[in-house]
Amino acid sequence: MINTTATIAGVSFKNPIVMASGTFGFGREYGRLYDVSLLGGISGKGLTLHAKAGNPGIRVYETPSGMLNSVGLENPGVEAFLAKELPYWETLDTARIVNLGGNTLADYVLGAELIQRDADARLLAGKPAVDMIELNISCPNVKEGGIAFGIKTPAAQEVVRAVRAATSLPLAVKLSPNAEDIAEMAVMCEAEGADAVSLINTISGMKIDVRRRRSVFNNLYAGLSGPAIKPVALRMVHQVSRRVTIPVIGMGGITSATDIIEFIMAGATIIQVGTYNFMNLRAGSTLVEELQQFMEEENISSLDEIRGIV
Amino acid sequence: MATVISNERLAEGVYHLVVEGGNSGEMGQFYMLRAWGAYPLLSRPLSIHQVNDNGVEFLYHIVGEGTEILAGLNPGDPVELEGPFGTGFPQVEGKVALVGGGIGIAPLYYCAQKLPRSDIYLGFSREPFRTEAFRPLAAELTVDVGGLILDSVDFSAYDHIFVCGPHPMLKAAQLKGIALDTAGKRPDVYLSLENRMACGIGACLVCSVSCKDGQRKACADGPVFLAEEVLFHD
Repeated sequence: MINTTATIAGVSFKNPIVMASGTFGFGREYGRLYDVSLLGGISGKGLTLHAKAGNPGIRVYETPSGMLNSVGLENPGVEAFLAKELPYWETLDTARIVNLGGNTLADYVLGAELIQRDADARLLAGKPAVDMIELNISCPNVKEGGIAFGIKTPAAQEVVRAVRAATSLPLAVKLSPNAEDIAEMAVMCEAEGADAVSLINTISGMKIDVRRRRSVFNNLYAGLSGPAIKPVALRMVHQVSRRVTIPVIGMGGITSATDIIEFIMAGATIIQVGTYNFMNLRAGSTLVEELQQFMEEENISSLDEIRGIV
Repeated sequence: MATVISNERLAEGVYHLVVEGGNSGEMGQFYMLRAWGAYPLLSRPLSIHQVNDNGVEFLYHIVGEGTEILAGLNPGDPVELEGPFGTGFPQVEGKVALVGGGIGIAPLYYCAQKLPRSDIYLGFSREPFRTEAFRPLAAELTVDVGGLILDSVDFSAYDHIFVCGPHPMLKAAQLKGIALDTAGKRPDVYLSLENRMACGIGACLVCSVSCKDGQRKACADGPVFLAEEVLFHD
């Protein structure tokens, strides 16, 4: 019997496959194509306190084995999410992770407080609540906030500390590969009471339209994701998992069961799948099946056997 | 997995792809197509040209690596189809004009089948294509090469106008509709928008369209929008 389960801060994941924020909406759209309850979890579209319209102009551009995105955190805002999307999440049997972004420290704290209050009310009513907050201090595509908090450790520390104080929900902090020192950032998160760190977010990149002599993106730079960034992500997961004792959620260009196993061997407890959702709209069900098969073939009875062995 | 039945070159860079496999879809909807492995990363959204009992047909022009690969497909080759997706043109009553510019004529053929005896206007900057296929379906067929096809359309003569074409043409159609609005005789003008997409199903928010009531998704809320709803920023 193969055991694919994992636990982070009391939240159990039936398998290590979680859909990454920004690539899966709130799950509804993919839910029409396959049963998303077979996933380990869903990290919803990044939320900010108030709704955001996102960036104008071109929002996606393909690169060799990757893509640049400049969506700019378009989202309905925390309150609209709680009212309109969480009832759908109630119907799912999978871990529910809210990805929370912000422009200012106050926005992060107010967002976390709203989510906490809603979770308390739901628990009282015996309804499923949000299982975990994933704090996004690393979105490179918003002009204010976001990445500004994610590069320098002292700025990040302030946010993590304030949000930790605002919520008792399990807290993962999503780190940026653009951080000055991602391992130092992770150590800080652990010290501030984070229950996990997830990495990596997209890598800041650029594409120039040579005929028009300008960046294709209104915001100049955009976030690179997809298989192109996998080696960098894997290295960072390996480095970080050796410096912290809290679980590491690994992501970056995963498109196969062997990619998942690589991240687990590098030290990740669970992983997230992002861009692959666009390459294969049934990525979640494909990977759940492939992972099971691979573990059978390789006689791996539990992910604990191989976690961090490299 | 679907199979290529034929992939015929119609004009410079323009192809007519017939695929056996998918056999559903409404006018103005699209499929996500893929005939390669990991790269290019994203599938390509192509509007439905026609649906028949066995399969689905597309018209496309080569704009990048994905469509370049599609152009190299031969009968018997496999192709991945996901769809049909999107909200297409409405089934309407009354006098209808179908107005297409260049490859924008692609979704209008299926409209012409579903709304027979519509007036059809097809505009091309260079070599025209597929015009004779439209002729038997049209009450009247107008073809223009090198001009502006919208100039041939009397907006006040129609109850509904479906437009698909390049961005400036869509914007011009919206303005013509709005001008009539103030003049009193107002057709419903529907625009089929083309936008970059990643997922095609409404999850990634790459294809957002600014509308009067906020941000909407070209892939799920569209690609067809009522012209007056869309805010063109450029």
